[in-house]
Amino acid sequence: MAKVTIDGHTVEVADGTTILNAARQIGGEIVPPAMCYYSKLNGSGGKCRTCLVEVTKGSEKDPRPMPKLVASCSTPVMDGMEVANITSERTLEARKGVVEFLLINHPLDCPICDQAGECDLQNLAYEHGASATRYEEDRRVFDKIDIGEHIQLHMTRCILCYRCVYTADQLTDRRVHGVLKRGDASEIGTYIENSLENEFIGNVIDVCPVGALTDKTFRFKSRVWFLKPMDAHRNCGVCSGKATVWMFGDEIYRVTGRKNTYGEVDEFICNTCRFDVKDLSQWTIEGPRVIENWSVISQGHYAGITEPIHKNVIGVGEKKDDVKLEE
Amino acid sequence: MKSLTNRSKAVSNKKMSFLERIYLPAIIGGLFITLKHLFKRRATVKWPDEERPRSDVYRGRHVLKRDENGAERCTACGLCAVACPAEAITMTSMERKKGEEGLYREEKYASVYEINMLRCIFCGLCEEACPKEAIFLTKELVPTNYERENFIYGKDKLVEPVSKRVDVSKRQTLEVVSKKYNDR
Repeated sequence: MAKVTIDGHTVEVADGTTILNAARQIGGEIVPPAMCYYSKLNGSGGKCRTCLVEVTKGSEKDPRPMPKLVASCSTPVMDGMEVANITSERTLEARKGVVEFLLINHPLDCPICDQAGECDLQNLAYEHGASATRYEEDRRVFDKIDIGEHIQLHMTRCILCYRCVYTADQLTDRRVHGVLKRGDASEIGTYIENSLENEFIGNVIDVCPVGALTDKTFRFKSRVWFLKPMDAHRNCGVCSGKATVWMFGDEIYRVTGRKNTYGEVDEFICNTCRFDVKDLSQWTIEGPRVIENWSVISQGHYAGITEPIHKNVIGVGEKKDDVKLEE
Repeated sequence: MKSLTNRSKAVSNKKMSFLERIYLPAIIGGLFITLKHLFKRRATVKWPDEERPRSDVYRGRHVLKRDENGAERCTACGLCAVACPAEAITMTSMERKKGEEGLYREEKYASVYEINMLRCIFCGLCEEACPKEAIFLTKELVPTNYERENFIYGKDKLVEPVSKRVDVSKRQTLEVVSKKYNDR
């Protein structure tokens, strides 16, 4: 066990835990944001640099501070380590710079993008970024690509977090897409026109922190803040069948995994549940999901509900205990 | 019971004097007030023959602007609808097809865009929320009608005709635009 102090909060965690996961055990606003790290995917993290934190004391044995900011998602804690996240000016300044870099090639098409309202990059930029850009060159532009029957790839919006690549590697038996080329020319693609066909490949939509991979069955159908997310389940032979259905009246507009406080799905769902079953009679509705009231999705919903039915929340925010759902 | 506001007056039952009892001074006083108004400026105008002047930034009925090439600016992002305190705006979006680039500026557009003018309170928040400078309120008024359905304005009434552009330069001055983008 190692004792680590993050922004003054001390927590005891197992050896080998990363700083980010230790912070998530404390919860609250001291949790560093993460664009590429995804706890359910092995090997993810270390690419986007949004989770940089300052280590003010290395460990009990070697109390020297670390000279540079470290990526909290891939740095394991040491006993006696002291970390400054939101209390460190350096961290906040560096994070602002990282957001600016991430936005250099990101188009300003939030009014069109289906991810708007639940986009990690949008939230991150709103919280940490500057409101204007200093970039004067042309942004890189790609044509949109259909990869598979149900998935739309907007390469212009991609921030190269590699999450979808890890998802395909770890959830499906044969990955057909990956990152091509190098440096600022790198892009997600299938090299030769190839479609993503695996039964679990739809999860790349859920793991994508931006709107690069979107659901074609939901494309431009509505905006997320006009829909009502409800927890629902169905009998599915392939996956657990536990999903969030996004409803407009009695109609299901789209189905996603249940995202937790950090925007990570609890359980990956299969393509049949996600794309094909949009009939309300095939789902058992458990109840509305609780949405943090800062989120635009909460606009105009559930004015009367004060007690959360499920304590899982959508979006980043105060940490809530995971609640086992009754079957 | 004691009054809460201290504005009430106690009723007196004092006997009226002779002059008060014949009422004539009070009637003449009243007639004089009426006569005085004949020589004052009228408070009303003879609408619709005459119109009261309205400010250039008057918040009247809406217009959906087109861009310089005549393509619709609205991309159905839904920000006006979510900003609307009266929930007067609804829309359905569609994907732009090949060859429609001249009709719609962005790759998504509103196939249905409706404002219920009976619900609308003309607060101008939709105009403020719009990221594409597509919706504006105008000096025009919403005309009366006998049917409720006719107050639901669709794209046929809202989108400005290419031949008859609506000038919004007065309400989109540099100060307004810079304030709008700095406050965001």
